[in-house]
Amino acid sequence: MSAKTSSAETSAETTMSDRKAAALAAFKDLARDPGVPKPDPILVVDGVTRRFGGLTAVEVAHVEIQRGSITALIGPNGAGKTTFFNQLTGFDTADAGKWTFNGQSMSGVPAHRVARAGMVRTFQLTKALSRLTVLENMRLGAQQQRGENFWRALVPSAWRAQEDAITEQAEELLARFKLDAKREDFAGSLSGGQRKLLEMARALMVKPELVMLDEPMAGVNPALTQSLLGHVKDLRDQGMTVLFVEHDMDMVRDISDWVIVMAQGAIIAEGPPDTIMSDARVIDAYLGAHHDAPLSESELEEQLHQAEAALEAEIEEETQK
Amino acid sequence: MEGQNPALTYFEGAPLRRAVIAFTAFLGGLIFLLAVPAQAAAPDQGLRGTLKLQGQPVNGVKIVVTTEGGQPVKEVTSNAQGAWVVPIDKPGKYKVTLDVKTLPQNAMIRGGNAVRTPTVFSGNVSTVLFALQLKGAAGQPADEGGESSPFLDQAAQLTFEGLNLGLIIALAALGLSLIYGTTGLTNFAHGELVTLGALLAYLFNVGFGLHLIPAAVIAVIAGGALGYLQDRFFWGQLRRRGTGTIAMMIISIGVALFLRYVFLILFGGQNESFAQYTAQPGIEIGPISAAPKNFVAMGIELLVLIIVGFALLRTRTGKAARAVADNPALAASSGINVDRVIRIIWTTGGAIAALAGIMLGLSQNLKYTMGQDILLLIFAGVTLGGLGTAFGALVGSLVVGLFIQVSTLWVPPELKSVGALAVLIIVLLFRPQGILGRRERIG
Amino acid sequence: MDWITIISTTVKSAIGVETVLYALAAIGINIHFGYTGLLNFGQAAFMGVAGYGLAVTVTVLGLPFWVGIGVGLAAAVLLALLLGAPTLRLRADYLAIVTIAAAEIVRLVFRSVQFRDVFGGSDGQRGFSDGFYALNPFPEGEYGIGWFSFNHRLLWIMLVGWVLVALSCGIVYLLMRSPWGRVLKAIREDEDAVRSLGKNVFSYKMQSLILGGVIGSLGGFIYGLAYASVQPDVFGTETTFFAYTIVILGGAARVLGPVVGSMIFWVLLVLVNGVLSEAVQAGYIPFMTSIQVGPVRYILVGLGLILLLIFRPQGIFGDKREIAFDVR
Repeated sequence: MSAKTSSAETSAETTMSDRKAAALAAFKDLARDPGVPKPDPILVVDGVTRRFGGLTAVEVAHVEIQRGSITALIGPNGAGKTTFFNQLTGFDTADAGKWTFNGQSMSGVPAHRVARAGMVRTFQLTKALSRLTVLENMRLGAQQQRGENFWRALVPSAWRAQEDAITEQAEELLARFKLDAKREDFAGSLSGGQRKLLEMARALMVKPELVMLDEPMAGVNPALTQSLLGHVKDLRDQGMTVLFVEHDMDMVRDISDWVIVMAQGAIIAEGPPDTIMSDARVIDAYLGAHHDAPLSESELEEQLHQAEAALEAEIEEETQK
Repeated sequence: MEGQNPALTYFEGAPLRRAVIAFTAFLGGLIFLLAVPAQAAAPDQGLRGTLKLQGQPVNGVKIVVTTEGGQPVKEVTSNAQGAWVVPIDKPGKYKVTLDVKTLPQNAMIRGGNAVRTPTVFSGNVSTVLFALQLKGAAGQPADEGGESSPFLDQAAQLTFEGLNLGLIIALAALGLSLIYGTTGLTNFAHGELVTLGALLAYLFNVGFGLHLIPAAVIAVIAGGALGYLQDRFFWGQLRRRGTGTIAMMIISIGVALFLRYVFLILFGGQNESFAQYTAQPGIEIGPISAAPKNFVAMGIELLVLIIVGFALLRTRTGKAARAVADNPALAASSGINVDRVIRIIWTTGGAIAALAGIMLGLSQNLKYTMGQDILLLIFAGVTLGGLGTAFGALVGSLVVGLFIQVSTLWVPPELKSVGALAVLIIVLLFRPQGILGRRERIG
Repeated sequence: MDWITIISTTVKSAIGVETVLYALAAIGINIHFGYTGLLNFGQAAFMGVAGYGLAVTVTVLGLPFWVGIGVGLAAAVLLALLLGAPTLRLRADYLAIVTIAAAEIVRLVFRSVQFRDVFGGSDGQRGFSDGFYALNPFPEGEYGIGWFSFNHRLLWIMLVGWVLVALSCGIVYLLMRSPWGRVLKAIREDEDAVRSLGKNVFSYKMQSLILGGVIGSLGGFIYGLAYASVQPDVFGTETTFFAYTIVILGGAARVLGPVVGSMIFWVLLVLVNGVLSEAVQAGYIPFMTSIQVGPVRYILVGLGLILLLIFRPQGIFGDKREIAFDVR
């Protein structure tokens, strides 16, 4: 087993620079406009809208995600990033809009079919299955399990062989994520960072093409941050596409190939990570549009209302989980 | 609401009794216990029934029992509880005739048929049902030649009764909904708070000889106090332990069972009514005829609902309560004392549930299962309106009350609750968040 | 005090018909609640439609016993589909309210005068068990030693009942060690996570509801056959709540939990009831009448349920770390 892993590691190392270089090359000459077309998009979104009462939480006109890249989705609190994630992955129904994954329409498709199609997400608040062991958590991620059929489940010989293969695969992943010592522990006993790792590893059991991570670094202790970052980079180097929501700009700068900025439900800018934060639109979004002009009473009032509405939407998102 | 209490029939029910006797013989008395409470006044074998008009017992009605061939067996009249019993020696088919002439003037048998032919099994008391209704009701030509159509009159009457029931449900539902909203507790023992109010009023009214009005006031205050104490010493403690909502729901089932059967031991299994306002002659207003107490009761219910609604909308505590119900975490972080608000809600909830119980006892009967019987309708109201929204509970309850009564234009009255519960399920299919509820993620 | 009667009834109740039928109901609840986290408060309705399905098929339609069993099982499956379709996509408490409402609908329809010709009103139906007892391999007589003996009819129904309990436990054991059971347990923990891993949560919840309902419906058959009758009020909500108490007593999400729970539950109830009845009759408890003994056991169940959930939510033999539901 050790020989196998080490060979896998070396091959990963040789391809690493290639993948990163390929991703960067794809983005090289792109315009910085919101919704700019990508050379080889895996996910194409058109006109997705979601309203909560009077508040429009998401209104994305057009956006494309480049295959084989790490794309960051950033934006101030209440920008609608998680709601947008929920729409795309079928966890919430959009009021309008179309989106395709690998050319296949995903609008209105239920969450489990989205996952089966190869578009797998994690959650901002980790969803470790507490009273299942770490290993059972992992096994659950495997697709097309014969033993998940009611009748075949009654005949252990019908699924035993596949289960063994799944277990082997799970143990490899656990070793990579340094969770192998915890394999028989209840997932509920893990630390916050370990749960994030477990959730990511479990998502990989699905063998996704696109991994969507909702704030992978939130609540992770700094000692684990580097290892998590490494794992995210690994995903691209193994040929997967990564789309992640994050607040930590250091992390965004460190690992992403391309950054999409959302504010008030809409995409307001795109660009490479090293220059995006100096984009005027982004600064406006983070600091407020009128940071250089004195505010009138009514404008202040208006801003206050917007902030309140945004807060409400954020809370709504939270409570929906 | 109507029909026998399940638990008691479980004990007294004749077929079960027969089964029990057989089983007891087999097992040498294994479930001797089931048979023990069954030694009531009922004969071992025979026929019985209870006559009621709009929930009130009808006495002095003559019932004639003959064999199938017409041999007379016995003649009885219904007693003050509306009940009659005829012991029968030989199992077989019998003919039971209700003497229509002995019915009160405004009453008639639903469907008009005054003869029943039940079968008596050995060791078994069969129940014979005569459903009574007011004259001029659905399907029967009105005997007084009024100008308006009997169907519309009936509809108006039933709408009135539906509003009455809906308001009672709303009183209880408001507390249940607010408690759910603020604490996440689906309280299956809320029906017992309703019963408690009614039984406390009965205790002060009939037991201590107070007039019903002061007795009711004391009962409502006591209900509020018990709501407060329940939260202070029980639910509040559980919340502090971090007990999960599902665990609390099951605990509330335990509380409901516990209280219900304590009531049974203390109060007994019979139907009772208050000392005052029991048999009031009806008055007629337009097409609606009802006892004056019903109008007064509805006035009180409406007033209390308006006061509580106003308090929720306008007072600091009311606003805080709605904020907590909406989002406890946000409310706490904006400086609201969530525990205090919850305690106020429990107190108010207990008081208005007690009031609901008294009103229910006034318009129907007092029984230890009255709260259990209405609990599902309260749930239906709350769910229909949207779980956890206070005003949704009001709307939902009124819809449930109206639906139950008005549906009897087409549905047999014994199945009217079935209709309401079926509507609940159908509404959930199309609007899962309820009428006023906020859209939940249901993916 | 007749201690021999008290002890003999108590000992016999450990394996008696009540224990069997409540064990079956509780095994179903355990699948719903213990393993999948579904709050089905309508288990009594599953038992009811099965018992009545059998009774009506045999007595009203005059069809053979086996057809009646088939109709009863089909009715349980249909009920699960009807209950599950509107509610399994909603939050857990909606299922609780809808199932308890549906159980009440079923009971009210069974006892209604309107359908008296079919369901027999509040008297219920009888006279459908001959086909079952015709299969009885035990010749007429008493079997056992001394007071620990049962007659041939009782022995036959108890044998069938315990075989069904064993089969059900075997199925639960196999399923809960399989990937299928893993999905169920994962749904109990967090259904969104399971959805994000490509499992059709609704379908699994429905399968769980059907399986638990069908196993619970076996309890309805046992009731109907043992007492040779069905009455609507036997299938009230309190029956469901007894089954919940049994599941928690024996330990939720444990294969044998419901069986052990049912045995303890009925032994305790029968013992308490026997001692109390005897004591009241002998005049040792002057402030109680024998009518009050019946309700006391409900009070004890209520109290027991409260105390269990507060102090031993994992059940009598359970491991605190493995509590299957959110008690914290």
